[in-house]
Amino acid sequence: MASRNVLLIFKSNIMYKPVIYRLARDFDLIFNILEAKILPRREGRILLELRGDDETIEKGIKFLQDHQVVVELLADKVWREDDLCVHCGACTGLCPTEALSLSRPELKVLFDVQKCVACGMCGLVCPFGAMKDVTLFDPFAEGRAEEK
Amino acid sequence: MSEFKVNKTFAEINAKIRQGTAVVVTAEEMIGATKEYGPVEAARKVDVVTTGTFGIMCSSGAFLNFGHTKPRMRASKVFINDVEAYAGIAAVDCYIGVTQTREDDPLNKVFPGRFRYGGGHVIEDLVAGREVLLQTSSYGTDCYPNRSYEAKMTLKDFPDAVLLNPRNCYQNYNCAVNLSKKTIYTYMGILRPDCMNANFSTSGQLSPLLNDPLYRTIGIGTRIFLGGGIGYVIGAGTQHNPNVKRSKNGVVMGGAGTISVRGDMKGMSPKYLRGASLTGYGCSLNVGIGIPIPILNEEMARFTSVSDDEIMVPVVDYGVSYPSGEPSPPLGYVTYGQLRNGEIDVDGKKIPTSPLSSYAAAREIAETLKDWIKSGEFLLGEPQDRLPSAKFEGFED
Repeated sequence: MASRNVLLIFKSNIMYKPVIYRLARDFDLIFNILEAKILPRREGRILLELRGDDETIEKGIKFLQDHQVVVELLADKVWREDDLCVHCGACTGLCPTEALSLSRPELKVLFDVQKCVACGMCGLVCPFGAMKDVTLFDPFAEGRAEEK
Repeated sequence: MSEFKVNKTFAEINAKIRQGTAVVVTAEEMIGATKEYGPVEAARKVDVVTTGTFGIMCSSGAFLNFGHTKPRMRASKVFINDVEAYAGIAAVDCYIGVTQTREDDPLNKVFPGRFRYGGGHVIEDLVAGREVLLQTSSYGTDCYPNRSYEAKMTLKDFPDAVLLNPRNCYQNYNCAVNLSKKTIYTYMGILRPDCMNANFSTSGQLSPLLNDPLYRTIGIGTRIFLGGGIGYVIGAGTQHNPNVKRSKNGVVMGGAGTISVRGDMKGMSPKYLRGASLTGYGCSLNVGIGIPIPILNEEMARFTSVSDDEIMVPVVDYGVSYPSGEPSPPLGYVTYGQLRNGEIDVDGKKIPTSPLSSYAAAREIAETLKDWIKSGEFLLGEPQDRLPSAKFEGFED
C-alpha cells in the first residue's frame, strides 16, 4: 500500500462542494485529514494523507483535479536548504513523524520529505532557518509558493 | 620523582610534530586505543588527542577596529547592520556581542519571537566576506571633530577584527526538560509540556574540557582551532567552577569549567561561526572549537579515553525549577550514551532526546585539527598558567 501527503486547495467557487468523500466511495482510498483551514469566501486548504495502491491514488488525484481542486504533492513544496543545516539535530526530537532523524553512526540529520506533514515545528526550532516552506497555512509561505 | 611510567613534555611532542612523526588521534579513536593497549602503552604510542565541539555559545563576540576616518572621529555609538556594538572603548574600537539583537527587532512582543538577525549573524557575515553597513555617531571633540560616519565594509576593510569570547566550551551541561503545562522556548531549544522531550548540548566524548577534566594541559596560552582558524585559550571563562561534583573518573557531573578564547577573525570561516536564532529566546552564535590534548602520561591517556557512557549529565526542569533560580537537585542523571541513543528514562517515562550541538561538525573539527598537527604546521601551546582546578585522588586501579 502506497501513501502520499497532498495539499488540496479549494478556490472560492468550489470550496463548499462535497468532494473528498468520493475518494473513499468511488476509489476506495483511505484518506486522513492532517490539517485543514477554511478562509471564508476565499479558499480552503486541506492537508491530506492518501493511502491505497499507486494507480488508485493517481486516479483519485485526477478526479480531484477534474473537479477544479488544486492538488500539490507535499514532497514538492517542503524542502531543506542543505547548506544551512549544521546537523545539530535540534529538530529531530520535535518532528512528529520522524521525517527528520539522525543517522547512525554518522549522526547527520536525514530529511525524508515523504514522511513530512508540514506541521512547521522544525521551522520554528531550527536556529539556522534551514527548513523552508514547512507551514502551508502561513500566508507568507503561500505567497512564495505561488511565485515559483 | 614522577609517579607515572610514561613522561613526555610539550617540547618533546612539539619536536615530533615538527619532524612529522607525532602520532595524533581524535578523542573518539583514543577510546579504542586505550581499550586495546591499556593506558600506559596507549600513552607511549599516542602523542596528541584532538577534540571538537560545535554548539551555540553565548558569551562570544568580536572586537572590531574600523579604522580612522577623515576627518577623525571618536565614535560613541556604533551600529553594524543595525546591531549595536559597544563603543565605550576608544575612538574607533567597538565590541559586538553575539546576543545583541537588531534595533528594530520585535523581540518577544509577538511570542515566540524569531530573532532572525543579531550580533552572531554580523560576525558570520563578516567572516563570510559579505558586506556590512557600519553607522557611527559622536558628539565631536577638538581632536575628533567628526560627528557621524557611515560606510559599507567587508572584513578586509577592518584593520583589526578579533573574536574574543569571555566564556566558551562549557565542560558538560544540563539535559533540559519541561515539567510545566505549556510549551516553553528556551536557550535549550523548544521544550514540550509534561516532560515530552529532552534536549542536551555538548559533544560528550569529543568535547574538549571533558577530555581534560582537571585542566592538566589546557591553560592560558593553549593554541586551539577556533572558528575554522587559529586561536588561543586566554584564561578561565566567566562562571568557571571546578568544584562541581565529579564521578570517580574525575569527570564533572554538570556544567563546570569554561574557557575564554581569542583569535584573529581574518583566518576564520562561516562554516564554523554561524549566527543562530533561537525562537522565543534570542540571537547567538554557533562556535566551532577544537583543542589538542598532549598525552604527557598514562593519566592523560585515561582522561582522553572517556566515552559517552561514562559521562553523567544532570536532567534539569526548565519549566519551573531553572527559571526560579532556587537551588534544587536534578531530576536524575543520564549518560551521553543514553542521550545519543535518542531516548531517556525520566521517572519511568521514556522521552525522546535531541542534541543541540552538532556531533558531525565536532567530528570534522577534531579531524581537521588532527590533519593540521600531522602536517607539522600546528604546534602545541604550553600553558603559561593553569586554570583553577579541583582535587583528584587518581584512578582507583
